[in-house]
Amino acid sequence: MSLWDKLATLGGWLLALLWIAPLAYAVWTAFHPAAYETHFDLLAPLTLENFPAAWVQAPFARYFLNTVILVTVILAVQLVLGTFAAFAFARLRFPGKQVLFLLVLLQLMVMPDVLLVENYRTMRILGLTDSIMGIGLPYMASAFFIFLLRQTFLQVPTELDDAARIEGASLLTLIRRVYVPLAKPTYVAFGLISVSAHWNNYVWPLIITNSVSARPLTVGLSIFSASDSGVHWSVINAATLMTSGPLLVGFLLFQRAFVQSFMRAGIK
Amino acid sequence: MRRETIHAWLMLLPALVVLATFMHVPAVETIIASFWSTARGARPSHFVGLKNYERMIADPVFWQAMRNNLVYALVTVPLSMGLALVMALLVQGRVAGRAFLRMAFFTPTVLPLIAVANIWIFFYTPGFGLIDQIRGLFGLHAQNLLGTGSTALYAVAAVAVWKEAGFFMIFYLAALQTIPTTLIEAARLEGASRWQIFRRITLPMIMPTTLFISVNAVIDAVRLVDHIFQMTQGGPDNATNILFFYIYRVGFQFWDTAYAATLTVVMIVILSLLALGQVVLIDRRVHYK
Repeated sequence: MSLWDKLATLGGWLLALLWIAPLAYAVWTAFHPAAYETHFDLLAPLTLENFPAAWVQAPFARYFLNTVILVTVILAVQLVLGTFAAFAFARLRFPGKQVLFLLVLLQLMVMPDVLLVENYRTMRILGLTDSIMGIGLPYMASAFFIFLLRQTFLQVPTELDDAARIEGASLLTLIRRVYVPLAKPTYVAFGLISVSAHWNNYVWPLIITNSVSARPLTVGLSIFSASDSGVHWSVINAATLMTSGPLLVGFLLFQRAFVQSFMRAGIK
Repeated sequence: MRRETIHAWLMLLPALVVLATFMHVPAVETIIASFWSTARGARPSHFVGLKNYERMIADPVFWQAMRNNLVYALVTVPLSMGLALVMALLVQGRVAGRAFLRMAFFTPTVLPLIAVANIWIFFYTPGFGLIDQIRGLFGLHAQNLLGTGSTALYAVAAVAVWKEAGFFMIFYLAALQTIPTTLIEAARLEGASRWQIFRRITLPMIMPTTLFISVNAVIDAVRLVDHIFQMTQGGPDNATNILFFYIYRVGFQFWDTAYAATLTVVMIVILSLLALGQVVLIDRRVHYK
């Protein structure tokens, strides 16, 4: 190992430790009694009490349920709508295709969360304020996914397509039996991106919800930690970890898939 | 009509309806609303021409939000991109424990920005937070970084850098892997130094990725404000008020929807210009290859 490699290793580890420190400190306080939250002591007693304490001080069970329903419904609808749209753009000929595709791609720059005021008005007209549907509906067609999947579908060999059609397969069968199986990596990649994006989304859910029955975890967490009721930091940190927990665990388990998904989506 | 056309329309219709309802129509409505007044009680909304825009130009808070947003972007974009490149080079190189480094750099990306804000508020707490405790070790007095006008914007920018650098690292990692090793070996045989290889081979080869990331980083600097809600509420005295947060405040705290629409038009214009820039850049990347 050259001197340069040794220096790089040292610098790399220092940066990595610095980078993980905020999270490590949050984990540390969450597992120790409140008395230790402002002074670090290696021998401080461990405790699990902060987690149940947070759990009962706010309706986190309901927030979890809301978030899980939200990300599941959004992803399911995105996948179905996106598959049909991507197939039409990739393999069907019809007038106005270019214009329509450009109109879809517009969403890449004017994301739904930018148009807060008008979308809020629309939801009021539809009677969907303060509902999980109201949070999710604007995101159910993803231009990013349609674009990504169209690129994948374009790479499916036309011979496969022709063969299936000659055997008399309908378009729906063709999509289900040929295109979807071949595009599996794209589905996985987008699935991870969509779930983490909507699990973490905050501004739009904050605006559109105002009761426990619809609030997702992010909004619930912000209300819980902003309350001036003298909640201990160790409890707030426990709640913070709890709400990000499933994503964190999922990420650590599927690190490779995660990183590759983001790469694949980024390269295009 | 041909059958294929009918099929195509049937397949596109659901997605198009959603997109039109929550993007195309509201975008046009936003532009129209910016020429009308906000309905107040018994006074219905009426056409006011450019009044909202005149008001915006005379509004010192608007200009402060724009200035803040510019500073915020100038801090977060180069810093997160520079760190991302360093991280990618470290993770790519022959460093022991690469898996740990990659995990350490990427994990903040997975966390909700609201959770990240919570973790960092605790850091910044005057007197008790970790930063002040470390300052205390060196005999420095406690400081309220989030509550002081001159430091608050940088304090929230640091949070964004922490969250974003690992995300951009992924794109750099992907780009570094596409550089042919033969190229670097050849340069080494010719006696090129590490710095020369980096400067003359690596940097030009990852240029398209750098452009791609920079546009995304700027968009995020305009769009990601969750932590500002949690950490400062735009304060103290508008020191951390940036454009998107100001839109929220005007639209949903002052309920001045017409003025919020006017500000949204500015935001749409900024995002469109960025997207246009991206198209031009990606176009050049195609010619480049």
